[in-house]
Amino acid sequence: MSGPVFSFSAIVGQDDMKLAMILTAIEPRLGGVLVFGDRGTGKSTAVRGLAALLPPIRAVANCPVNSASAQERPDWVEGPAGRLTSRPTPVVDLPLGVSEDRVTGALDIERALVKGEKAFQPGLLAAANRGYLYIDEVNLLEDHIVDLLLDVAQSGENLVEREGLSIRHAARFVLVGSGNPEEGELRPQLLDRFGVSVEVRSPTDIEERIEVLRRRDALETDPEGFAARWRRHDLRVRRAILAARERLRDVEAPEAVLRDCAELCLALGADGLRGELTLLRAARALAAYRGEARLGRAQLRRVAAMALSHRLRRDPLDEAGSAARVGRAVAEVLA
Amino acid sequence: MSEGWADAALALRLLALDPAGLGGLHLRARAGPVRQAFEDALAIVPLPLRRLHPGMGADALDGGLDVAATLAERRPVRRDGCLAAPALLLLPMAERAAPLLASRLARALDTRRGAALILLDEGAEDETAQSGLVDRLAFTIDLHAVRWQDVAPVAAVPDPPTAEPAMPPEACRAMGLAAATFGIASPRGPLFALRAARAHALLHGRAEVRDEDLAVAARLVLAPRATLRPVSETPPSEPEARPEQGPERSADTDGTALPDRLVAAIRAALPPGALPQADRHAAPGKGASSGSGARMPGQRRGRPLPARAGRAGDGRIDLFATLTAAAPWQALRRRGMAPDDRVLIRPEDLRQRRHEDRADRLLVFVVDASGSAAVARLAEAKGAVVSLLAEAYAHRDQVALVSFRGAGAELLLPPTRALVRAKRQLAALPGGGGTPLASGLRAALEVAAAGRRRGMDPTLVLLTDGRANVGLDGTGGRGAAMADAEAMARQARDAAPAGLVIDTAPRATPETERLAGLMGARRLALPRARADAIGAAIAASRAG
Repeated sequence: MSGPVFSFSAIVGQDDMKLAMILTAIEPRLGGVLVFGDRGTGKSTAVRGLAALLPPIRAVANCPVNSASAQERPDWVEGPAGRLTSRPTPVVDLPLGVSEDRVTGALDIERALVKGEKAFQPGLLAAANRGYLYIDEVNLLEDHIVDLLLDVAQSGENLVEREGLSIRHAARFVLVGSGNPEEGELRPQLLDRFGVSVEVRSPTDIEERIEVLRRRDALETDPEGFAARWRRHDLRVRRAILAARERLRDVEAPEAVLRDCAELCLALGADGLRGELTLLRAARALAAYRGEARLGRAQLRRVAAMALSHRLRRDPLDEAGSAARVGRAVAEVLA
Repeated sequence: MSEGWADAALALRLLALDPAGLGGLHLRARAGPVRQAFEDALAIVPLPLRRLHPGMGADALDGGLDVAATLAERRPVRRDGCLAAPALLLLPMAERAAPLLASRLARALDTRRGAALILLDEGAEDETAQSGLVDRLAFTIDLHAVRWQDVAPVAAVPDPPTAEPAMPPEACRAMGLAAATFGIASPRGPLFALRAARAHALLHGRAEVRDEDLAVAARLVLAPRATLRPVSETPPSEPEARPEQGPERSADTDGTALPDRLVAAIRAALPPGALPQADRHAAPGKGASSGSGARMPGQRRGRPLPARAGRAGDGRIDLFATLTAAAPWQALRRRGMAPDDRVLIRPEDLRQRRHEDRADRLLVFVVDASGSAAVARLAEAKGAVVSLLAEAYAHRDQVALVSFRGAGAELLLPPTRALVRAKRQLAALPGGGGTPLASGLRAALEVAAAGRRRGMDPTLVLLTDGRANVGLDGTGGRGAAMADAEAMARQARDAAPAGLVIDTAPRATPETERLAGLMGARRLALPRARADAIGAAIAASRAG
């Protein structure tokens, strides 16, 4: 939606979506969030709200890829490295119809034309490093751009080999895609490259809908008051995310839970090992978020649908949602 | 002065008071003096007017390097895009806007850089502007029925005061309930209605929003978004009769009456019979989301291919490739010339940009649901279509679904890639009645022609037993009906040359043989029409 940033905590309902985004903020290796659902359900609001809630990052002042230190700054950046300054967590919008040049970066055409010099002009992937790359209507994006994005998101590095340039730079970002399945589906090969996926619906509960209106209206009439009111909640989420990042490596994963993960994926016939890994990572992030020291079945149950539902080898025309199939399998395997 | 023009003028005045908050206006009207009068009235909006056009690219919108000026002046010259400064953007022929443009405009509205948008939509019924964009504009105004003599000048608006008018506490609830009653899923509807109510209060110089402001806003903003008509009709005498109840009924009226009044105000603005009754669709969200399928599928631009040498004027010049080609020669060409920092480009360096243009395939299924294609056969035909749909999914084809029975044909699904919807429509398809084969073909040809206009490559797949007995005019009679059907089949040959006729009769009929011949299509009997066979037949007919 529009206007000033809507506080993440003020989003009514949509718990799955909020949890999925928090988990990727805790564990960026989770590999991106796909949010599919109706219009006006707060998809982009949540992305922007989450980025505003995260602490600012420290980055070299004149670095186009937000490097954390002068050593990490890529060697093609000209001029001496600046001082470390803090800037908000980047959220980069990737518009539909964007050209490949603009995404990966390309020859700097201004300098080529004016001075005849060969220089690299960084693209959106550079700007999104250490932050979020948000694609609204990912299902309508051209296929070759989606391929490229998923490749880079996986490897964490952008490699440009074109027009006589050979450039590489870090591109580690959380990919957030959203879309409305009624307007076209995403290729199944691409679905499972996203770490977690959630489905959002317009709330059917009338009280919930009215609460959405009330908060949105409060934001528009009194932005300062609204922000002040929700800042406390946002700060609590921020602290919980930061604490969870600290704890993440210490969460213990007992043998039995690993077995559960594998059995669950086997029961669902999820292809490849990506399902198990994501399930484990998501559950671990959830345990860290809740301050639990050991992984258990409770966390698996909570994240199973978002980690697995988009990985099932599904009949594209199957209407009984795959989330329901995951639910059944969870009930059987984790009985 | 007619209702239509009065509403249009009122919406425009509200927009003039709060252009950024209300987002803009979706105007459905044909070009003509009425629309021109409205366009002239846009001057009351306190923003500079900028005209866009539907084919605009990213450069024009966001600005970029002005190549000609840069080369001439030998320093980078930037050009500002249309979205750089706050403006009232006017998009004519909005129904033709490419998805790219729509999404850029939607983003400009979302970030609220002070822009407001007027969509001039000349689309006929099946074509309309991108629903995602329309959703972000407060008003939809239809001027089709407004006559020239109804047009009156639009009065200017007062300067808005800095303080926003106060909203009565129950307004949010009332507006939310009213939106839910009419099956409006997107929260933007009621939100815009609340903002419009504020603007309406401002227009009348009030410091607080009254019920009448809310009622007017609900009518203007929510009525065009309604997807359902609530079942329980309240007595018609109550609502419209008292819009002047303002002074004594303000913020302290009881909370139950207001939602009812809003509902009544919206209902009064709906044309009778235009919407399904609420009881036919259980969930309010369902009805609304099905409206979003009207997305216009732009032709995909395809993968860039390697650039090729060529002359200026033949196509788009690939600057990068051109510069790369020129680069190695720079030192050599500069010899004997004055020292200069310009790049020396010769005609032989020019490279052209090429794209692999690939048209989307469009499969138009024409399903005979008549009584003669008996119920069991219909189920089999549905089965065949479903397996074809799975095939279409794998190829990323678009599908459309037309069925015919009784007196005429019905477009069940406009071209879409959302196959779950196709399957849902198909499952709900009832059978029985006469066989208006010609009508079915005509409807399918319209879909195919519309698809072709949008750059798609249509194929007809006709499932029938060929026993037409209802003509184009909806009357019975086998002879005339067959003649009509054959005439349409002949047209199909030109409109969608590659086609397939699947004979659903228990025994293959000569009629389908004849139809297939006229259509230039292949024919397949249903017992053998398994998905793989049909797929192969379609592939073969396209190749041939």
